[in-house]
Amino acid sequence: MALVFTEEQELLRHSAREFVTKQKPLRRLRALRDGNDPVGFSRQVWGEMAQLGWLAIPFPEQYGGAALGYMDLIVLMEELGRGLLPEPMLSAVLLGGNAIARGGSGTQKETLLPPLIEGKLLVTVAVQEPGSRYDLCHVATRAARAGAGWQLSGTKALVPDGHVADRIIIPARTAGEVTERAGVTLFLVSPQAAGVSVVRQSTVDGRNAALVRLQNVAVGEDDVIGSMGQGAELLAAVVDRATIGVCAEMLGSMAAAFEMTLDYLKTRTQFGVLIGTFQALKHRAAKIFVELELARSAVMAAAQAADAQQPQLPRLVSLAKARCADAFILTANEGVQMHGGIGMTDEHDIGFFLKRARAAAMIFGDAAFHRNRYAATGGY
Amino acid sequence: MDHEQFRAETSHWLRANAPESMFGAPKSVDEICWGGRKASYPPDVKRWLEVMAERGWTAPMWPKQYGGGDLSREEAKILAQEMAKLQLRPPLTGFGLSMIGPLLLQEGSEDLKRIHISPIVRGEIRWCQGYSEPGAGSDLASLQTRAEIDGDYFVLNGQKIWTSYADKSDWMFILVRTDPNARKQDGITFLLLDMGSPGVSVKPILLISGSSPFCETFLDNVRVPRANVVGKVNGGWAMAKALLGHERTMIADVFKDRVPGNPLVDLARKYIGGDTHVADPIVRDRIAQVEMDQHCLDLTLDRARDGAKAGHKPGPETSIFKYYGTETNMRRRELMVDILGPQGLGWEGAGFDDKELAITRDWLRSRGNSIEGGTSEIQLNIIAKRVLGLPD
Ligand SMILES: Cc1cc2nc3c(=O)[nH]c(=O)nc-3n(C[C@H](O)[C@H](O)[C@H](O)COP(=O)(O)OP(=O)(O)OC[C@H]3O[C@@H](n4cnc5c(N)ncnc54)[C@H](O)[C@@H]3O)c2cc1C
Ligand SMILES: Cc1cc2nc3c(=O)[nH]c(=O)nc-3n(C[C@H](O)[C@H](O)[C@H](O)COP(=O)(O)OP(=O)(O)OC[C@H]3O[C@@H](n4cnc5c(N)ncnc54)[C@H](O)[C@@H]3O)c2cc1C
Repeated sequence: MALVFTEEQELLRHSAREFVTKQKPLRRLRALRDGNDPVGFSRQVWGEMAQLGWLAIPFPEQYGGAALGYMDLIVLMEELGRGLLPEPMLSAVLLGGNAIARGGSGTQKETLLPPLIEGKLLVTVAVQEPGSRYDLCHVATRAARAGAGWQLSGTKALVPDGHVADRIIIPARTAGEVTERAGVTLFLVSPQAAGVSVVRQSTVDGRNAALVRLQNVAVGEDDVIGSMGQGAELLAAVVDRATIGVCAEMLGSMAAAFEMTLDYLKTRTQFGVLIGTFQALKHRAAKIFVELELARSAVMAAAQAADAQQPQLPRLVSLAKARCADAFILTANEGVQMHGGIGMTDEHDIGFFLKRARAAAMIFGDAAFHRNRYAATGGY
Repeated sequence: MDHEQFRAETSHWLRANAPESMFGAPKSVDEICWGGRKASYPPDVKRWLEVMAERGWTAPMWPKQYGGGDLSREEAKILAQEMAKLQLRPPLTGFGLSMIGPLLLQEGSEDLKRIHISPIVRGEIRWCQGYSEPGAGSDLASLQTRAEIDGDYFVLNGQKIWTSYADKSDWMFILVRTDPNARKQDGITFLLLDMGSPGVSVKPILLISGSSPFCETFLDNVRVPRANVVGKVNGGWAMAKALLGHERTMIADVFKDRVPGNPLVDLARKYIGGDTHVADPIVRDRIAQVEMDQHCLDLTLDRARDGAKAGHKPGPETSIFKYYGTETNMRRRELMVDILGPQGLGWEGAGFDDKELAITRDWLRSRGNSIEGGTSEIQLNIIAKRVLGLPD
């Protein structure tokens, strides 16, 4: 496979860009934030995205999926990232849907995937706990045997779209000590179940997340996703692939922030000339461009590795995430700086990218975390 | 012939024909073959050059009629892969193969191709590059070396500087001013100059790494036949830029031929220790950074090639690659010296082994990467202007 997009993928890019532009997405994002919207995204836009078939991309045809791959998904995610769209692609498709498609039983797939693909059911995954930082095996939530089933107790933090999810996949410990790889099991939990409390968290970037507390929440045998005690493997596989989507989204966001900055360099006059004539700014812009191109190559390589099921996938995911984290933060920091005073105002959109850069950099591991993993997978 | 058959036969032929000592890294710089009349090489080096040149495989993709190998891009890649697998060294290197040869094939007259290409393939002639002058480095177009027409000849007067290996070369490709009244880019001509011509004198300059590939080249009424013009008289700027494209790709590509395994990690294990992890977490992180920089660059090179194959017009890639490839190599060299620790301070004499001394000198040489062939700042200017459209 080559590191180029097909004509079909370019068509997808085109229609996605049109869709996103029509939304006036940054204005919408601002309105959602300022209005303290309880949902935090638009159910209508989400429905339209489902109708366009975008939620179907990575899933098998028998459940209503489109059986496409990650090369297609990154095209879409990049365009959504350009507009910082708050709709729940990450939680519903990349995390929840993918966890079910990879690890779910036949019945779970048949009952959950079709409505999920239609945008009618939102399943998310509670990847983090307070203090777990980026370690997927750090699971302190306990699953205690109770008759034929289990009782879950613990706390999950920053659960993506957890405030409106219909189901939450909860990693809990059926054996072993906190941070041990073995002994983690994934359970499907309804937020309505007795003992579950969901509190919305507001994050710096205005994205949707929730703090989920579980107190003796009863779950049964058929709520287990994947194999008992092997949940860490499934979780890692899902998170690696979700990370590719996040990276593509970051790529789109940084491209948009960079274009916004370039436009400013070409229109703002100081000292009687366009500030884009100053070499002190030109060289920094050129370096951002190089970083963007390098990040793009890494994201494409990771997507391709996912499609080809190559064993070096985790290594390429770490390459892409570390790269995108650094490049996005650089682009956003420089974007605000080059806008001067206006860049510091809430009225200007560039600030949204600065906040998003920091948040996105930390989802599923920051640059240092992924350099560490890259080194480890490289045998040093 | 299908590719798998070609691969099998190539591998077989290489094993059968390469002298034993040509497998693995060269023991000293004297074993790297630049060809030319002025040097003599160890017997194995000479034989390796001869057998490869016989097949045209010193220039695998050049046309057979001038002595090249006539291989397709795919076949040339297979040859390179098979050589890498066996850790076989290239039989020949130099500006003939990487710069002036490609330009002559693209732009040279039939006569010039006939005269010069085959000697390049065979390593008989060594070339040097006469671009820079004391007042014309980054601003190359302001060069002053004059060439006046006298019958069938040009008469050259002036000075070139930073001419790598001028003292070891047989011929020079040189930029000269043939019209002092035209706009500075429009009065330049690209010539081929025999370094044996009367009036050419060369003076080596010592580098901070202790070697002296650099020279000053003085030209005092040197006569060059008009037939030695590449392209048109006063049309040399286009030739100069075309050649710079080859040069920048070459400079960025040089660092791709890395030995198998992970030299940085091996070095760190030896000097710092650590089994599963390199013992010093900061060094380990720095290694990962350099490795990841290189990995992303390699992927971007792949992407550019895949894009070209799919019919996308090549964009400003050469500037990205020249800029980032050389900067990454410099970071790699600095890290290697850091990993050596105090053993990286050796210059010569007791207490330092050859490899340590080589690493230190390679670090010093690498500082030139961001200067030669157009500085990093110039590459960034090109990206800012040509790609990003920022105003002048
Ligand atoms: C938090 C905050 C508080 C402030 N408080 C006050 C206050 O109380 N009173 C007040 O009067 N002002 C205040 N300011 C305004 C501040 O002084 C200006 O924002 C600052 O001088 C920059 O001007 P500018 O915003 O017009 O940016 P511009 O001058 O438009 O600059 C835009 C970008 O171009 C760059 N640039 C401009 N010229 C050059 C050049 N020649 N070479 C290279 N780069 C160049 C700048 O560095 C910047 O990155 C405040 C600003 C901030 C952010
Ligand atoms: C190892 C090595 C081998 C070389 N081999 C050859 C050779 O074989 N033949 C040959 O002809 N030449 C050769 N060169 C010369 C090389 O091409 C020049 O050194 C190079 O083009 C820079 O020119 P300069 O040295 O005059 O520096 P200058 O042009 O004087 O530059 C000095 C500094 O100013 C910066 N600068 C200049 N203009 C700008 C600008 N517009 N914007 C921002 N910054 C700017 C430069 O980036 C640099 O940092 C070699 C150089 C090296 C280091």
